[in-house]
Amino acid sequence: MDGNLNMIGYGLAAIGPGVGIGLIFAAYISGVARQPEAQSRLQSIAILGFALAEALAIIGIALAFVL
Amino acid sequence: MSGIGSALLPQGSIRTEGFTPPGPADFDLPPIGGDFGTFHAFGQEFVLGVTKPMLQLVLSAVLIFGFFYLASRKRAMVPGKLQFVGEEAYGFVRNSLGRDIIGTHDYQRFVPYLFTLFTFILLNNLFASIPFIQFPTFSRSGMVYGLALMSWIIYNVVGMKKHGIGGYFKLQSVPAGITGPILLLLVPLEFMSNIIVRPVTLALRLFANMFAGHLLLILFALGGEYLIVEMSLAYAPVGVLAWVLFLAVAFLEILIQFLQAYVFVLLNAMYIQGALADEH
Repeated sequence: MDGNLNMIGYGLAAIGPGVGIGLIFAAYISGVARQPEAQSRLQSIAILGFALAEALAIIGIALAFVL
Repeated sequence: MSGIGSALLPQGSIRTEGFTPPGPADFDLPPIGGDFGTFHAFGQEFVLGVTKPMLQLVLSAVLIFGFFYLASRKRAMVPGKLQFVGEEAYGFVRNSLGRDIIGTHDYQRFVPYLFTLFTFILLNNLFASIPFIQFPTFSRSGMVYGLALMSWIIYNVVGMKKHGIGGYFKLQSVPAGITGPILLLLVPLEFMSNIIVRPVTLALRLFANMFAGHLLLILFALGGEYLIVEMSLAYAPVGVLAWVLFLAVAFLEILIQFLQAYVFVLLNAMYIQGALADEH
């Protein structure tokens, strides 16, 4: 079974977005816990932040296959 | 490894003993009924022919049209089951994606586009989990570039119509309330991020999510099969565990398929809203 060093690099690169997405949803959950009626407003903001942080991981996996 | 993967390995690669992990080659489906020749463009070889994801695009359009035609044919004051499902889906996109993001003044003329986009992407993503189809259409990047190009044209044209060409580029590339030499740094950055990078990340996000999710499922399925069939009996429980994880990941994938359709349309709505925003 042979592997590729790119994939190890991608695994390391995915740590950053992983931490970022965790922070985003932690803030979302505590925001909803404090003020449940704000959920609908917070939800789209949280999903947007999640999408932006995830974009880094996504670019990483695309480059891991391309490079 | 057996099955489709080994048949599609590039010519000249050495088949070593043991497990061959799945890779991007597993997504290169052959044209159905043979190809009509090849041509070269962008330094790559393209094959002329009809492949499975192309048929899925057509199938999804037909299915969505059929479903909403049936759902809206008998419009009743008290909706039946089918009409209720159709109305719920329409109301979800109209209220949470259209009205809340674009704003009450402008949202109505974009709702048909957003709704079509949402149902189209959602069904094409769900094809990855529907038995006998089991291939996400948007795991082929070319399919996604078309959608991203369309949304790029739409939000730019909408903004240019409202603000004029010069006013639109000023809105997108000069941040409000900033003066002085820092603008030399900020204007190219904002222009890059708002005009050039947006369609690329939009396309790559949907493509790579579908691609990576499906690759993960192939890995669990083939790895489990290899552990059970090819290796000694002591490894069989691990293979069964891999198949259990396959099921868990398959359910997670359904969540991600929905979420990616939602995010794609959400970002489209946000870009349109940003292009329509008044200067402040």
